Amino acid sequence: MSIDTDVAAAPRHTALVRVTHWLTVIAFLALLVSGVEILISHPRFYWGETGNSGTTPLFTLHIPSSRDTVPSGYNYVLPDQNGWSRYLHFEAAWLAVLTGLVYFIYGVFSGHFFKNLFPPRGERSSRACWAVIAKYLHRSPPTDARSYNILQRIAYLGVIFVLFPLIIWTGLALSPAFDSAFPLAVDLLGGRQSARTLHFFMSGFLVVFLVVHVTMVSIGGFWSRMRAMTTGRMPGAGE
Amino acid sequence: MKKISRRTLITTGISAAAGVAGLAAADRLAARYGLIAPDSGGCYGPGEALTYAMQRLLTRHSMAREFSRSMISKPFPNEIDPLNDGFKRQQADGFKDWRLTIDGLVERPTAFSISDLKSLPIKSQITEVACEEGWSYIAEWIGTPLDGMLREVGLKPQARYLVYISYQPDWWESIDMADALHPQTFLTMGMNDGDLPVEFGGPLRMRVPRQLGYKSIKFLTHITATDDIKKFGKGLGSAEPEAGYAWYAGI
Repeated sequence: MSIDTDVAAAPRHTALVRVTHWLTVIAFLALLVSGVEILISHPRFYWGETGNSGTTPLFTLHIPSSRDTVPSGYNYVLPDQNGWSRYLHFEAAWLAVLTGLVYFIYGVFSGHFFKNLFPPRGERSSRACWAVIAKYLHRSPPTDARSYNILQRIAYLGVIFVLFPLIIWTGLALSPAFDSAFPLAVDLLGGRQSARTLHFFMSGFLVVFLVVHVTMVSIGGFWSRMRAMTTGRMPGAGE
Repeated sequence: MKKISRRTLITTGISAAAGVAGLAAADRLAARYGLIAPDSGGCYGPGEALTYAMQRLLTRHSMAREFSRSMISKPFPNEIDPLNDGFKRQQADGFKDWRLTIDGLVERPTAFSISDLKSLPIKSQITEVACEEGWSYIAEWIGTPLDGMLREVGLKPQARYLVYISYQPDWWESIDMADALHPQTFLTMGMNDGDLPVEFGGPLRMRVPRQLGYKSIKFLTHITATDDIKKFGKGLGSAEPEAGYAWYAGI
């Protein structure tokens, strides 16, 4: 067996990575849609423990609201969608957390994090980062679709080890019952309203990641990468 | 096409069997310890069941955070639904004729006036009300702990839920015994050193500080202790799930 066919036979992404990736996509989209629906019932953000229509907000999103009690500046009220949105938000959160847990355990024990995501020894420098940025700026065609460059690795590590834990933490801190058992979860964030504001920012960062991620996938070859993440195979491997 | 090896087949089979057995065991345990929410059916059922069961396990003896007096929120307009003439007459009368009736699985069904309730041990707590919409406020809540009142009327051991009803039509809620007997669950008659204002639920409001604001219903008139929540309304536990909102509001 030659090395070439060996490489072609190995899937670009393992089955577990593929399944957890798409489950996360489903969970994330459900969380995003339901999260926006919940948000429009009070599109004002505060800092500290409390905040309400009598408190000066940290900032306001100038969008219509689904409640007439919010001074939105619009003279109409959107339909209330909080019921199913909250049910869906928490069910999707469970899916995201359980999927993330399986992925995390797999990533640690299979060496996936170490092999595929932690930057290799030679690339842990700002010079390596600049080299990749220069390549992007020159719009050089992607060379190696079988591995991630240093910027991709940093982005994925940031999402997996920073944004996901933070959005789960800030979300849990919004649960009055969870806070009764773990008061530090909300106190460390500076209060309930701070946790809500941070939860909003984390979701914003994740949306930015999603946009960049899908853009880069499209530039690199949308269908070939979709196929690699779905069936595991790279079309025209070895070319 | 890769052939499925015997090892893969066996491993998958064992994991699937273990998964099914685990879920069945979890379901039996959850039902035995009362960890299934009344609205745990339908497509959002699994999420609801997981949240309720997990939070009940984590919060068995936990206390809602209490705050210092300096953190009490400044007054703000708390919007309530319009109240009818019957309510306004009672209000003009100083709520002398307001009654809280308790019946169902209790030894001594009783109707309490506000002054009867005020003769029970009075406590206060400075806790936060968090609305599912996202806003919140802190107030001092003065009232009598619900579990003391339940001892007074002799709650029967087979009671599993308390159904409680507002003066406002079609507005009713229920809580399980973990919340009903929780030391911070109050029948609230005062707020910030004064009587409980009508905008905040006066003369009598149920206060359940470990859950979102909508469990703390205003204008409380009636409590029924029951062993079967399915007998009430559409069997989903309260008016909220009938309107599409979760029965358990600890999250």
